[in-house]
Amino acid sequence: MTDTKLDNAFDVILVGGGHNGLICATYLAKAGKKVLVLEARDAFGGAAATSEFSDGFSVSSCAQWLMQLSPQIQKDLALEKFGLTLAAKNLSTIALGEDASHIKILGDKLEGDSLSAEDKQQYKKFYKQILKFSKVLATAFSHRPPKLVEANFSDRITLLKLGLGLKLLGQDDMRDLMRIALINMYDIMEENFDNELVKAALSFDSVLGSHMGPRSPNTVFGFLYRRLGDVYGFVGPAVVKGGMGAVGDALAASAKAAGVTLRRNAKVVRILTDCYRATAVELADGESIKANIIVSNVDPKATFKQLVGYPNIETGMARNVHNIRMKGNTAKLHLALKGLPKFTGLAEKDLGNRLLIAPSMDYIERAFNHAKYGEYSSKPALDISIPSVHDDTLAPAGEQVLSAIVQFAPYDLKQGWSDQTKQAFKQLVIDRLEDFAPGIKNLIIDSELLTPKDIEQQYHLTGGHWHQGELSLDQIMMMRPFTGATQYATAIGGLYLCGAGSHPGGGVMGLAGKNAADEIIKRGSKA
Amino acid sequence: MKKYDAIVIGAGHNGLTNAAYLAKAGLKVLVVERNAYIGGATVSRELYSDWKYSNCSYVCSLLRPEITRDLELPRHGLQVVPYGGGVTFMQNGDYFGSYSDHGRQYRELARHSVRDANAYERYSADVMKQTRLIRPFLLRTPPDPTSLKYRDLKELSVLGKAFLDMGEQGLAETLKFWTKSVADFLEEYFETDVIKANFAGTGTIGTALGVYSPGTAYILLHHYMGDVDGTIGAWGFARGGMGSVSEALAKSFQAFGGEIKCDADVDQVMVKNGVTQGVALKDGTEYYADVVVSNLDPKRTYLDIMDAADLPDDIVTKAKNFKIRGSSGKLNIALDGLPTFTAIPKSSPLMFGDMHFTDSLERLERAYDDWKDGTWSKDPYMDMLIPSLTDPTMAPPGKHMMTVFVQYAPPKIKGKDWTDEDRDGFAKSVIDQISDYSPDFKDLILHCEVRTPREIEGEVGLTEGNIFQGELTFDQLLFNRPFPGYAQYRGPVKGMYMCGSGTHPGGGVMAAPGANAAREILRDLKLKSTVPEGYADD
Repeated sequence: MTDTKLDNAFDVILVGGGHNGLICATYLAKAGKKVLVLEARDAFGGAAATSEFSDGFSVSSCAQWLMQLSPQIQKDLALEKFGLTLAAKNLSTIALGEDASHIKILGDKLEGDSLSAEDKQQYKKFYKQILKFSKVLATAFSHRPPKLVEANFSDRITLLKLGLGLKLLGQDDMRDLMRIALINMYDIMEENFDNELVKAALSFDSVLGSHMGPRSPNTVFGFLYRRLGDVYGFVGPAVVKGGMGAVGDALAASAKAAGVTLRRNAKVVRILTDCYRATAVELADGESIKANIIVSNVDPKATFKQLVGYPNIETGMARNVHNIRMKGNTAKLHLALKGLPKFTGLAEKDLGNRLLIAPSMDYIERAFNHAKYGEYSSKPALDISIPSVHDDTLAPAGEQVLSAIVQFAPYDLKQGWSDQTKQAFKQLVIDRLEDFAPGIKNLIIDSELLTPKDIEQQYHLTGGHWHQGELSLDQIMMMRPFTGATQYATAIGGLYLCGAGSHPGGGVMGLAGKNAADEIIKRGSKA
Repeated sequence: MKKYDAIVIGAGHNGLTNAAYLAKAGLKVLVVERNAYIGGATVSRELYSDWKYSNCSYVCSLLRPEITRDLELPRHGLQVVPYGGGVTFMQNGDYFGSYSDHGRQYRELARHSVRDANAYERYSADVMKQTRLIRPFLLRTPPDPTSLKYRDLKELSVLGKAFLDMGEQGLAETLKFWTKSVADFLEEYFETDVIKANFAGTGTIGTALGVYSPGTAYILLHHYMGDVDGTIGAWGFARGGMGSVSEALAKSFQAFGGEIKCDADVDQVMVKNGVTQGVALKDGTEYYADVVVSNLDPKRTYLDIMDAADLPDDIVTKAKNFKIRGSSGKLNIALDGLPTFTAIPKSSPLMFGDMHFTDSLERLERAYDDWKDGTWSKDPYMDMLIPSLTDPTMAPPGKHMMTVFVQYAPPKIKGKDWTDEDRDGFAKSVIDQISDYSPDFKDLILHCEVRTPREIEGEVGLTEGNIFQGELTFDQLLFNRPFPGYAQYRGPVKGMYMCGSGTHPGGGVMAAPGANAAREILRDLKLKSTVPEGYADD
């Protein structure tokens, strides 16, 4: 398009002020663009959010751990300067055994009485190899996904880097990678370890937030994806002071300092197009704002189905959008507690760590079986955080909050999510907690359960899917979100995507936002 | 002591194909077979007087036509008769029929959903695209992507070019197709449960995975990539049962001067100083040859008939980790007459094809959940055929032979070996299921052979009773089959080769692994090879 000078107040409008949107906006502002961010909610950060679910009790209401935020973004955006503080970092993961024989995982170390020396040894070896593979993945994640057929010069450079990365693994590791990249976690665990808790804890990592069980092929990829955090310097998960919402606040502050205009409670209802070119956005109150470039932080399905509208895109593209798999399977449980719970066999000093209720791989697989048929798990797997141990701003003195990721809870529950089904599932999850932490029921002051439906509604994520689209091998790299939109630009002129639905995906990593900004800057006036 | 140029262990269809090509190149070849009969899993057995049972593999399509021509199999008695029809019976009394006539098929689809009938055109075209992509590689040796040898780079570029020629969108679709589940793939086209279920079953045949397991869409191709007389995707019966395939291969092999010894159970492959010497039988006989080819699956080959001391460490680990899972069983039934199915007319042409009883993806997946729990499916998926309708040589006049492939059946029941009671329970769940749709079926049964993974392993020698000699998942396909670094048919010991379905391109009475292995052996021996390479038809 020719460089017609329009009298727009802004060069770029960001639809959605999630963490990726803010990151994208800030990089663009630093490159000299006039940027406006429009956020529908009252707070910035998207799924990096803190909410007060009960009087005096706040919790990271969507994502609960910080474990993948790219160190380069932290540095470029000076997030520490803008208020991002970690209340605790490098936390261990503790897999709770049904017989109180817990094990502890941190980096390449395993601890626990029930562990054999072989398992400990093997884990070191395993971790080292996995990290090598994740480093190759990190190379791919810091660039736009290269096109393969229509590759241009910069795509070829990326491909070359990737090829070299693979080659440098050496023949043995490369062959191992070829084999395990598409395999399931269950078999890999069986090949490597004896201890059931180790197998379960690691395989839970591989299916977090996804519609898969440990036996599903391709789950090793989920594990490699998780281990990117380790590549980025998070040996274990971290707890953010003030909850994950503080990440959003710091990003917003950084954006503001870079000159970005931020508007809250400004819900975009339409992206207006003219002859396959995005021209403006329309807000809920009818206001429309023009810009040359519109970047959507909203998930690809909502972007094209609701904001742009299927009538305004071509059929093949609509079909691609329609086929993106993004049905959430994860619920969130929040408890306001009178005091610290006691987990059987767990020392109080360990309560601040990441606690898992997933005693065996078959346990997780069975929990997943229900999800396939639109039922919630009768015995769910839990990833538990008690952030108030590290951060006294979250709960009144002496009281605590507990937050747990609960799997599996399908978006399309067969009988539908109603107050009744929600209540029944919440009770079931709390009962499960009680099995491992007897007496916790008596400590509960208040509780909240967010189903994928709630997450969809509160965070504007289609399907209530954390990652704005299932992170599985058929939806990554040059397949994310769909062909023709993989390099952030879309078939609609001037419309870009920058959310987790784009490469490399979610997990409060920020790279989708950064890569999108890089792409927009590189295209310059050609956009 | 007798010395041969090459010894092939196992007279399965791949072993015989391999042996025939080696003999055709002028080598003196011996095939040793453990059983009293040849064929491996490609047999016709008279287990009930006057009936022929294709009691393992039962239909034919994947057998490479070049091999049929090269080895003159029709002259040696092979005749493949295509069949049509097929039906999925529904629990509500309705059915979904398969017709070879395009218009008739459209109307049948439209009877259930017009949207699906229209989507079927797109579906067929898209599956055909994938089929055309893969077919040329069936008769090629997979490249080693970790190698920098000229030949590997060249083969890799051939493979790469085929993929790149799909275009950016086509390539993405291909990669998705290879990594997604058959259920997700079908959901993109169809809305009707029975239609999805009708197509999905073939995405899990012979595999210990469910229709929702990623990677199963690819397995669908194993149903579509064959042909009968040039009609891609068509299936047929070998006249006289599947044994006719191995009989024809054996005759072709013998016509080239080859020798077959049955009742010759190999104890060990003899290796000296890292060089293959020959084979020793359980009865003490020894046969010598510089080349030994194993038609057995990778586990049996490396963990059973080879001494760990003769092998590099990595191969033992790799063989142990090789996934070869029993997932299916089979019933072969002699019938006193043609059973009636209440949903369709007595002489409906639909009965000539594959009949199924699972009408939803959920039922298919739940059948798999039973397998994960270590038990046979209570509501199993079945692929049932009455070959005697198409091939009258299978049963006496007026009588019929029925073959029922059943999924899932685990290699062990709750961690324990199958017992006869288990086997009977398994058979009962199958017969009851069929009787639900055919009231006179039970009364027509004259004889029934039940094969669980235990019988398949015991008689055919397939580890865990896996019909493909190893799961057909991507970690075990192409250059990963059977293990990365050993996908070019050469074993880790000089003079030792693999030629079974455990090697590229996998199982299904294709004979391609046997032929490909022969090409590599002749290449090592610097002999002129007549083994076809690539694919001329597409």
